[in-house]
Amino acid sequence: MRRKVYMIAGYNTLSMGTGRKEFNPKKERPGLEEYIREAGQGTLAKIGGAENVDECVIGNFMASRFNRQANLAAFFPYVDEGLRYKPAIRVEGACATGGLALMSGIKSVLAETAEVVLVIGVEVQNTVKAIYCADYLAGAGWFKNRKNGHAYFFPGQFSDRAGSYFEKYGREKTRQALARWFRNAIENARLCPTAQEFHNTVHDLEGQAKMEPNGKSFVDHLNIFDCSKVSDGASAIAIVSQEGLKRCGIPVSQAIEVKGWGQVEEDITKPPADPTELSTTKQAVKNALAYAGITRDQIGTAEIHDCFSIAGLMCIEAIGFAEKGKGADFILEGNTSRTGRVPINTTGGLIGWGHPTGGTGVHQAVTILEQLTGMAGDAQVEITADQPYGLTVNMGGDDKSLVSIVYKKAE
Amino acid sequence: MSYEERLQHVSVLGAAGKMGSGILLLTAVEMADLSLKPENRGKAYVLNAIDVSDEALAGVMKYLKAQVLKLAEKKMVGLRKVYAHRADLIDNDEIIDQYIFDVISLVRTTTRLESAYDSFMIFEAIKEDPEMKIGIFSKISLNNPHKPWFFTNTSSIPITKLDEGAGLNGRIIGFHFYNPPAVQKLVEIIKAEHTLSEVEAFAQQYAKNLRKVVVPSHDKAGFIGNGHFMRDILHAAAEVDKLSNEFSFVEAVYALNKISQDYLVRPMGIFQLVDYVGVDVCSFIMSVMNPYLENEDLHCHLLDNLLEQGIKGGQYSDGSQKDGILKYEKGRPVAIYDPGTKTYVSIGDFQSKVDGKLGSMPVPPTWKNVVGSKSKDEILQVYFNGLKQTSGLGAELARTYANRSCAIGQQLISSGVAMNENDVNTVLLTGFFHAYGPINDYLK
Repeated sequence: MRRKVYMIAGYNTLSMGTGRKEFNPKKERPGLEEYIREAGQGTLAKIGGAENVDECVIGNFMASRFNRQANLAAFFPYVDEGLRYKPAIRVEGACATGGLALMSGIKSVLAETAEVVLVIGVEVQNTVKAIYCADYLAGAGWFKNRKNGHAYFFPGQFSDRAGSYFEKYGREKTRQALARWFRNAIENARLCPTAQEFHNTVHDLEGQAKMEPNGKSFVDHLNIFDCSKVSDGASAIAIVSQEGLKRCGIPVSQAIEVKGWGQVEEDITKPPADPTELSTTKQAVKNALAYAGITRDQIGTAEIHDCFSIAGLMCIEAIGFAEKGKGADFILEGNTSRTGRVPINTTGGLIGWGHPTGGTGVHQAVTILEQLTGMAGDAQVEITADQPYGLTVNMGGDDKSLVSIVYKKAE
Repeated sequence: MSYEERLQHVSVLGAAGKMGSGILLLTAVEMADLSLKPENRGKAYVLNAIDVSDEALAGVMKYLKAQVLKLAEKKMVGLRKVYAHRADLIDNDEIIDQYIFDVISLVRTTTRLESAYDSFMIFEAIKEDPEMKIGIFSKISLNNPHKPWFFTNTSSIPITKLDEGAGLNGRIIGFHFYNPPAVQKLVEIIKAEHTLSEVEAFAQQYAKNLRKVVVPSHDKAGFIGNGHFMRDILHAAAEVDKLSNEFSFVEAVYALNKISQDYLVRPMGIFQLVDYVGVDVCSFIMSVMNPYLENEDLHCHLLDNLLEQGIKGGQYSDGSQKDGILKYEKGRPVAIYDPGTKTYVSIGDFQSKVDGKLGSMPVPPTWKNVVGSKSKDEILQVYFNGLKQTSGLGAELARTYANRSCAIGQQLISSGVAMNENDVNTVLLTGFFHAYGPINDYLK
């Protein structure tokens, strides 16, 4: 890399939606602009204010439908008047939007057009019921496939993948692993006060997650516990150069360094060649690891895109933590739990923390920042010297837009 | 005529009422679902919503739209398949809008009874007035060339009386929904003496398609549901009288309402339930049932006295509770009407006094916690065992109440209203949301 690139000053709003005690779908709630402002101000407060910012990036997937709002870059001056007349851009890549927003910021720093980039990812989705939410999120797929798709379009896509996976590698053990996945997600979320499942008190989580899927009311191979949340939330982070780090007055010990990335696209009009595999994810992670010059064994923690439990399992195989068909064993052996070989989704991931779609990629970076710098509070996991790297995998659509980033604590 | 053909032209009488609008909704949806089958495309389906007021009928259309929307959202997975042939309907919301339109467009609101002269099926949910029902049925029967079938929602009038009075020759059956019909799973099906077997077969099929729980009831006034409920009211009223030495009227009403809710683990107390149904409706049902009962006077002075003072209860059109015997704030009772002073007395004024006199009681499980619990039976047995061993006024009242409820259930069987214990219990469990059936061994 031609220049060192760091991330600092992460901030997450609450992930709001079902599960949070404060959530009442019948009462008025904060809107898109409030989430943007809270997250933006949260990061600005840590980096010495808006005058230290050179550029801004906002990631958002579908405010045009959820909130009937476009032109989101123009909300930066609303976050802080000091951002007036500064360059800003909005990026979109479905659920990989947050990752793409980070990439945009990283490239600005690398291009030396900015020393400090403020990046916000946001989505406010509880404006409509889940059945309409499904329509909006279906925009992450090819619209020409919508008509013949499931009422719950993406749950339908991943249910089909799960069905193929069950058929090829066995249903029972896989379903057990998915239930364990859910349990890990919720147990981790309970340690993170901003998580949507922070208030969850269910005792037998695996038992709950083993509920038989019902294709008549939902999809054939997944139940609601296999799905990520419908969330309102925003995350913000600052991407800075060495000079930017000094300007913001943040000690190196509170920064992570970007060591490499993989940014990959696949043809949205084509169905997956092998539904039991996330081949684009595989390529993105491969690129990221190669870029960073590390092996996957050096990864100490990962934030991966478990929009569905089966996607989490397949992502583990795509990263290469487990061979194809062995993801369930890897999970059931406890490798992904917070005390396992590589703790995954340590604040709950998309199933436990929440999935404000456009914000998720940024939230992943914030979690890695907190974990690698020892600022994760109750959710802190142990990061050892021989596994010092953090990995994120942020996926848009059905394995179409991918951003994977490798991080290390700054030195 | 097949099931599907018969449902091509239907009328609902009393369609703007609480029961009628629910029946209209369920029937409209059933007819629309038939009309959307590929083999039925192009056939005309007509559902007349008949009532006396244009204003009320306008309200019904709003109700229908809101309810069909909710329903469509719930059955979206299936609806995508139903509209798979429509290339122009892509998003869920487009399909939902089309479905609402397809259901609503079957419904023709009218105040003209003559519209029913073309129907094959008549659902009736008008006032519980035998003469009025007979008059309307005869008129339709005389003028309708299709020999239509009559499904009456009466909860108290013997069907045979309606059949004979209107000269229908068995083209009638009691199809008694519970309130609200769209939500309550129970229907009582009551055959008249000469109900045609094909009418009954249709009723069974229709109930099945509506995913209702069917309990057959013999054609005795009040059937099972009101047969139990009305006698339950009489018991509570008699106990209020008996307590007059001990308690004032409002105190006694409070005590019985509390006993019947908390200590019998029911969803609401008996007097709250009377308010829910309507003091006037309860009193009227008793007066309709009474002439058909032998050796029994179904008549409640307590309700009559309150009615004379204009205390009626019932619900507002949005489903919220009107003040009746009890006064409500946010749906919870806060005061009780005192006929002596003609004012509501705040429950807080006497609650601790009455609770004290009722004496110590085993802590009952709440209805909410019991009703869905897998170990329901065990929890209730433990509680009733405790109740058995408790002395004091409250425990005595609760035991007497439970035993009387059980005796009423048994009386319904011995007098030939219900076929068996199971049917009685099913009606109370499903139609009244009780956590357990009245005929049980908990106190034995």
